[in-house]
Amino acid sequence: MAKRSFLIPGVDKRLLIKDSIKTMPDVTRRRFIAGGASLGALTLLTGCDVVDSSSAEEMLKSVSKFNDAVQSFIFNPDALAPTFPESAITKPFPFNAYYDLDDAPDVSAADWKLEVRGLVDNKKPWTLDELYKLPQVTQVTRHICVEGWSAIGSWTGTPLRDFLKLIGADTRAKYVWFQCADKDGYNSPLDMRSALHPQTQMTFKYANEILPRAYGFPMKIRVPTKLGFKNPKYVVSMEVTNDYKGGYWEDQGYNSFSGS
Amino acid sequence: MASLTVTDEQVRATPAKVIQPAWVRVMHWINALAMILMILSGWQIYNASPLFGFSFPREYTLGGWLGGGLLWHFAAMWLLMINGLAYLVTGFATGRFRKKLLPITPSGVLHDVRAALTFKLGHDDLTVYNYVQRLLYAGIIVVGVLIVLSGLGMWKPVQLYYLVMLFGDYPTARYVHFFCMAAICAFLVIHVLLALLVPKSLRAMIIGR
Repeated sequence: MAKRSFLIPGVDKRLLIKDSIKTMPDVTRRRFIAGGASLGALTLLTGCDVVDSSSAEEMLKSVSKFNDAVQSFIFNPDALAPTFPESAITKPFPFNAYYDLDDAPDVSAADWKLEVRGLVDNKKPWTLDELYKLPQVTQVTRHICVEGWSAIGSWTGTPLRDFLKLIGADTRAKYVWFQCADKDGYNSPLDMRSALHPQTQMTFKYANEILPRAYGFPMKIRVPTKLGFKNPKYVVSMEVTNDYKGGYWEDQGYNSFSGS
Repeated sequence: MASLTVTDEQVRATPAKVIQPAWVRVMHWINALAMILMILSGWQIYNASPLFGFSFPREYTLGGWLGGGLLWHFAAMWLLMINGLAYLVTGFATGRFRKKLLPITPSGVLHDVRAALTFKLGHDDLTVYNYVQRLLYAGIIVVGVLIVLSGLGMWKPVQLYYLVMLFGDYPTARYVHFFCMAAICAFLVIHVLLALLVPKSLRAMIIGR
């Protein structure tokens, strides 16, 4: 689904861009995609010149920041996402990415280690077996995509706040930044308040089965208070940091808070 | 309605009467702009994951892509909400809603619908709304409230969970939001068409008289 909104529609154009961005180094590639998104946005003010359009974009971005400030002022960041009975679970739960399932990261459990970086006391990497031994909880919550569709699923794993405590993370830091195994380097920042939310989870199981490849094996970060793109799959590392490091979709223009 | 009929001569003879007070005109046009921005950016958002087997043509969407559509939608919402709230408060406080939109009786509506369909519905006194107008104007206010509530619920389904519950669940709130949009679009078509058929009503909404 996300694939369609990825770039300007028109198959030829997209294939062309897709092919050419493959040849670019990572940082340049991301900038180019962000640029592509703003070029698409230029068409929104037909008849206006580029200067007008970019100032409209600046205006929209500042309103978006203003919205974030209003939200953090009026809403309770610890509010719990509604939970559902197992009977409400959406079957089958959709696979969703900007690539096909065949292109999803195929992580080898034996080789995988969770890297822990940044403002933490213990930077020891974690094997899957070590992580599986941590206490786990199950939640049945609604996953809501930025596109508007939603689905209810059952996720089991360790509350992220317990893990952060375990590794001696500085919870006064602003963000936990996740990096993923996707070949174009999916990543996403999560504000510390949301990282410490009681329902935010390092997920190892879906519907009581080891997390399948489609849903992010070996580890997904489930944040039921955030939109789907802030729930990274195939996570390989987390960094506790005060720096805003951007994110795959955030850099292209989705609001970085995107909390519900 | 015959008693309400006034000739053009009489209208011209009486000192120009304010049909639409300034606050109504200002809020009407702000609302028109906000609605159009919300609808066009909303179509962009809809296209990312269509509820039905169709998408809106790209030329009629705002924002270039989903991310841009969302930025527009969540910016124009302020215009719509602040203006809408001010309109509701002023409408109730000045008694305009009561005076202009009430009463709405089924027999009055039936009578005026029949008159409208046989082209006998007079528009000579623009200060008095006929029953069809009353029904449509009151109805569209209700739709406006519903679309804002369902939209807020979808925007913050955790924080505003009770709003989502009001509609049943999240997917239902999406459908409500969509059908309210459809109702507003239908209203818009009729509203613009009739304003063009009775140009002095358009003039009244611009200069007040």
